[in-house]
Amino acid sequence: MAEMWLTMGPQHPFSHGLWTLKVLADGEIVKDAVPVIGYLHRGWEKECENRPYPLIIPMADRLCYSASMTWSHVYCKVVEEALEIELTDRTKYLRVVADEICRIQSHLMWLAAMGTDLGNLTVFLWALREREFFLDLNVKLCGQRLTTNYPRIGGVRNDMPYYFERDCLRVVKRFEKAIWNIIAMMDESAIVVSRLKGVGVISRKDAANYGLTGPTMRGCGVDFDVRRDDPYCNYDQLDWEVAVCKEGDAYGRYRVRIEEMLQSCEIIKQAMEKLDKLPKTDPTRVKVPKNVPAGTHFARLEDPRGESLMYLISDGSDRPYRLKVRSPIFVNVSASKHLVDGVRIADIPAIMGTIDMCLGETDR
Amino acid sequence: MTDSFIEAPTPEEVVTLAQAKFPGRITVRKTAVRRVSLTCDRDIIHPLCKYIHDVLNFEQASSVCGVDWVDHMQVVYHLSNYFNGVMIEINVDVPNDDPHIDSVALIWEGADWHERETYELFGIIFDGHPKLERLLTPQNYEFFPFRKSYKLRGQE
Amino acid sequence: MPYDSILNWIVFKDPMVNPFYNVYNLPYDIGFKLWEILGGAIAWLINLIFPGNGASKFLVSQEVTGILALVLMVVVIFAVAFVINLTMIWEERKVLGRMMDRRATRVGPLGYLQNLADGLKTFLKENITPSKADKKGYMWALSIVIGTSVLIACMIPLSDRWFIADYGAGLLIIFGLFAIAPFMILVAGWAQNNKYALLGGMRAAAQMISYEVPMLIVFASVTLMAKSFNINDIVAAQVGMWFIVPQILGFIVFMVAAVAEAERIPFDLPEAEAELVEGWQTEYSGMKWGLIMLGDYFRGYVACALGVIMFLGGWMIPFTSWNAIPEIVFLLKVFLIFFVFAWIRAAHARVRTDQILWLGWKVLLPLSVINLLIVLALKIGGMV
Repeated sequence: MAEMWLTMGPQHPFSHGLWTLKVLADGEIVKDAVPVIGYLHRGWEKECENRPYPLIIPMADRLCYSASMTWSHVYCKVVEEALEIELTDRTKYLRVVADEICRIQSHLMWLAAMGTDLGNLTVFLWALREREFFLDLNVKLCGQRLTTNYPRIGGVRNDMPYYFERDCLRVVKRFEKAIWNIIAMMDESAIVVSRLKGVGVISRKDAANYGLTGPTMRGCGVDFDVRRDDPYCNYDQLDWEVAVCKEGDAYGRYRVRIEEMLQSCEIIKQAMEKLDKLPKTDPTRVKVPKNVPAGTHFARLEDPRGESLMYLISDGSDRPYRLKVRSPIFVNVSASKHLVDGVRIADIPAIMGTIDMCLGETDR
Repeated sequence: MTDSFIEAPTPEEVVTLAQAKFPGRITVRKTAVRRVSLTCDRDIIHPLCKYIHDVLNFEQASSVCGVDWVDHMQVVYHLSNYFNGVMIEINVDVPNDDPHIDSVALIWEGADWHERETYELFGIIFDGHPKLERLLTPQNYEFFPFRKSYKLRGQE
Repeated sequence: MPYDSILNWIVFKDPMVNPFYNVYNLPYDIGFKLWEILGGAIAWLINLIFPGNGASKFLVSQEVTGILALVLMVVVIFAVAFVINLTMIWEERKVLGRMMDRRATRVGPLGYLQNLADGLKTFLKENITPSKADKKGYMWALSIVIGTSVLIACMIPLSDRWFIADYGAGLLIIFGLFAIAPFMILVAGWAQNNKYALLGGMRAAAQMISYEVPMLIVFASVTLMAKSFNINDIVAAQVGMWFIVPQILGFIVFMVAAVAEAERIPFDLPEAEAELVEGWQTEYSGMKWGLIMLGDYFRGYVACALGVIMFLGGWMIPFTSWNAIPEIVFLLKVFLIFFVFAWIRAAHARVRTDQILWLGWKVLLPLSVINLLIVLALKIGGMV
């Protein structure tokens, strides 16, 4: 068959959002690929220049619906750095718990999408079933399933309810058992393993140079995690490990994400212990001034999808002068040409599935 | 290059080495734990980034973004090291009437789309960029929406 | 009585006796009795209004009864095949629902009417034909895919008394018609003027050559063992021992190939929805798509039924000569195999094009040849 350009997207089942991958296919083999984004560009950064600081938190939630907690967290973090506020320990651990719940449910969402990408609907439904428990935790903590609107500048919206610790530990305990069912569905199926192994290989050097971050990068052998190497929110006082896989193929990235979920369970349990020891009367929120002193600041943290960074320029008023968002997927998807080069069309969903697309934060 | 490769430079090493390499061209604004903020001239940005990438081992360009200071433009680079989590912030001023700067997309491929985005939103032209086209906005836009001169409805 | 013309079918003295094989045909009997009731009632009514006319006599004459009984027999056979098909779809949805831990079908008693509701839904959709599609190829390829699928589903006998025709080349014709659909999928993929459909059609062709060869070798070893292509003879040859016992390899190869032939997960490459949208069915919308899905399940039914006929003793109950309702026994076996199909679908992901080629040529083909050698050895040794 002659070569032809195949437009995969924006309404293609594999794209998980509005973006297009133009593929030059020679029969089944991919010769070239051009990612096209921008269908969801809302001018988010410009919009923020027009709003007071607290009103940007709900907007930050909408950057990515399945990682809303970390996005509003990174926004609050950069404003807190500009205001030079030190948070209380209780706030920090509450944010850790909220972030890790967000990470697990985001990774479960990815696992579900991975199931449909590979044609296994059971994985999809089982992963979404497990995810519901974590969304229920979100409801108990902040009253909302997806766009949580929980962190505040200088703290969090509310302390956790009295039953949250019990429920949270129950869910985590249940999840640590239930995840193995899904792992068995994936890992013990020779078809899934053969679909993932050896496709979309990226070397360590290239992964760093292409700017891949997060589980995608750690699956390529880069041993870096913002939570450990640039710690924030007392992550350095918890005992956990960074999941790294040397292979650099889709299977490696899959394993990194699975391991990350288990590590997140570990972090939640330890953070809950620490919260237990702290006095219940600690404030979870400090009073902050309305205006932010002039200066430039940036904050980064480990999003479920990679390293998210916000760069804030404040001019002394109650609105940011410029707020730049560095989205992990924006950079990861720019490397998709290298990821899918030379593979078969059937491999594209399997490879791009390991990127864990989210278009809200990509186009902003 | 004769400089010896350093896997995980501390912020102090970054400052001393960079200033020794480009004497008088780099201003250090502040250093903190794992943070270095520099300001440099427009013409040395490409050699400086090459030096930071090759010798100081900053493997990733986290972000490249533009800022419109009304009287001039600014390009801000955030570079990160994977071995100790140090981050360098480089500010480069670009005059309004000549918004050109050397591209670093060939040093860090991850900076490619960031530069395209900065070009389309601020109109800063990155010389030597492999494909400087509009990315997020439609190709037929003739204005640069993130400049301060482009007003939102509530700002007028 | 030897067969000499088509009239033999419709003109025979005692309709309870099939003139060629001298066996009792249940659907024909049902058709005959139905016409006795229906035609008798119509003739009685006409005779009531116009006493002593010829029309009522004509309606119940031997020849007309023979022809209309045949028509009714076809209707009965199709209706039964259709109901079996709906039951299988229902079974799959229920099994998948239980395995995936979700609600399955909801409409009607036990959710049985869900399929009819879905069918009604697809009927009410707009019938869209792409303006740049090759109209003839577009419609004909679809018609042939669905038509052959329904045809072979109707040709599957449910027992030694439930069949359309008991002819010598039975299984051969079924296999022949079974293999037509992938060609037509290629045509359909080309005719739709859609790149995804084209890729899906090419995949169907590539997939077909990899599983059709081992499947036919297994078929050859089965017929070699039974010394006949006739379905009744093949089932009768399994009285003492089901063919699955000496030919377990053949059974496995056949079942894998049958999953591929029915285009089910893990071998549903031509319609891989994750990468090819809906593969070769991309431009078939509304009722056309509904019929394609129906045809897919007809083919799934045929694949299961062939497995039962060739390896699991057809309609015989194991370890006993008692055989009360052979149709039910046969269908139970078919549903059991289909349960395994649904199970596989719930447990597995989709394979890649190169992987199914590898599987077909490097695993299934040698296994089927080994199976054939085993049968030959048994034949030469005089065991069977």
